[in-house]
Amino acid sequence: MRVFIASPLYSYTGGRGEVEGTGATVAEMLADLDRRFPGIRRRIVDEQDRVRPHMRIYVGTEAAPDLDQPVRPSQEVHILQSLSGGRRRSPEAACSA
Amino acid sequence: MAGLKRSKRRTLLMIGTRKGAFLFHGDPSRRTWRLNGPHLLGCIVHHLVLDPRDNHTMLMATRTGHLGPVIMRSTDRGRTWTEASLPPAFAKAPEGQRGRAVDHTFWLSPGLPSQPGLWWAGTSPHGLFRSQDGGVTWSGIEGFNRDLVARIGTIGQDTPDGAVTHSILVDPRDPAHLYVGLSGGGSFESLDGGASWRALNSGVAATFLPDKDPEIGHDPHIMALHPLKPDRLYQQNHCGIYRLDRPGDVWTRIGMNMPKTVGDIGFPLVLHPRDPDTLWVIPMDGTTVWPRTSPGGKPAVYRSRNAGKSWERQDAGLPMRDAWLTIKRQAFDDDGGEPLGLYFGTTSGEIWMSTDEGKRWRCLARHLPEIYTVQAASLG
Repeated sequence: MRVFIASPLYSYTGGRGEVEGTGATVAEMLADLDRRFPGIRRRIVDEQDRVRPHMRIYVGTEAAPDLDQPVRPSQEVHILQSLSGGRRRSPEAACSA
Repeated sequence: MAGLKRSKRRTLLMIGTRKGAFLFHGDPSRRTWRLNGPHLLGCIVHHLVLDPRDNHTMLMATRTGHLGPVIMRSTDRGRTWTEASLPPAFAKAPEGQRGRAVDHTFWLSPGLPSQPGLWWAGTSPHGLFRSQDGGVTWSGIEGFNRDLVARIGTIGQDTPDGAVTHSILVDPRDPAHLYVGLSGGGSFESLDGGASWRALNSGVAATFLPDKDPEIGHDPHIMALHPLKPDRLYQQNHCGIYRLDRPGDVWTRIGMNMPKTVGDIGFPLVLHPRDPDTLWVIPMDGTTVWPRTSPGGKPAVYRSRNAGKSWERQDAGLPMRDAWLTIKRQAFDDDGGEPLGLYFGTTSGEIWMSTDEGKRWRCLARHLPEIYTVQAASLG
């Protein structure tokens, strides 16, 4: 399958925005990517296997609700940043500046 | 930054910002500086620390606004960076339970000189991790991440950027004796390397809680242990400045001796590495809605030379008016030099420095991104 990579992850893919991926599910596809581009998975998915709040994974044109989402070899997968401005909350609030 | 002869030593300033890291290299006189950077432009840098055991290894706690957190390592003093292969991460929760995830690593502390390669990390949400290979791989301290966190409960978790574990202090006489600050949560001590923890908050106010004298739930902003007198602790708390002399366990509010018009609220605190009685703080406006800016728009550093019995204002060279600066808890440090150099960074992107222990200040840099951390080191 073709996997499109968001630009903040180019440091893992050697600058490529499109790579080939394998796997029957999103989880398997990410595991495959991480084998070839070590470290890329944890930037997208946390240690509880949840997609990080500001990342999105689309299979075709549908957002994958979780990592169990099936993927067919003919489909395109897009790993995207959500349009969030990169700042989830004000910095540190009550206990910070 | 233990006392080091100034004569031929150069100073390295490590600046972490919301948009990357910057290194300033100072000549032995500390008059001429060379900027190197940005490094990891666009990445949020929460902490950037040089290993004092080899003066070459640097660890950077970083993430971006979208991507998960990582630890970056340099073994050539910041020239090149590689990503840690196993950064701090909580244990996977059993099926059906909602486990915690590290949002970011907030604090990095090297171990003792007798523990080469050992590092500690504090995270948000609250978490304590250890590396024994120079920061390449990290493992969680379950006595903290499971047991202490369960005791703390939801305290502090609702603040917009979450609770942070910081000020990981190791007793130089005993590597198993640890202190840690939890904002919010309080100060805690372990005598067994982190396996178990006891609260150390007696005497500390908690005006933001219904119980004004709780065992836990306090909000230390930063805590420091004096390397030459390890039984002497100081903390800048959400509710004042405190000192604790062990084996006592009741903190004394030394901030009550600050001018009432300035107050004793702030974030950072620096200890003189050669004098356990001398410390500096940078007060902020913690009144009403908590502007967290210089009181009255007149920034100043305050020094005590008698362990907090009295304080003197040090503002020569700083703006005299209309300067609404904010300094975060990791953004004030000393270089260990003689005389001691002091450096602080502002959220408005300025670096201010003094080479005479705060008597006179000058601006080293402007227009940097929002500064999260300033660390200084003397290099041979």
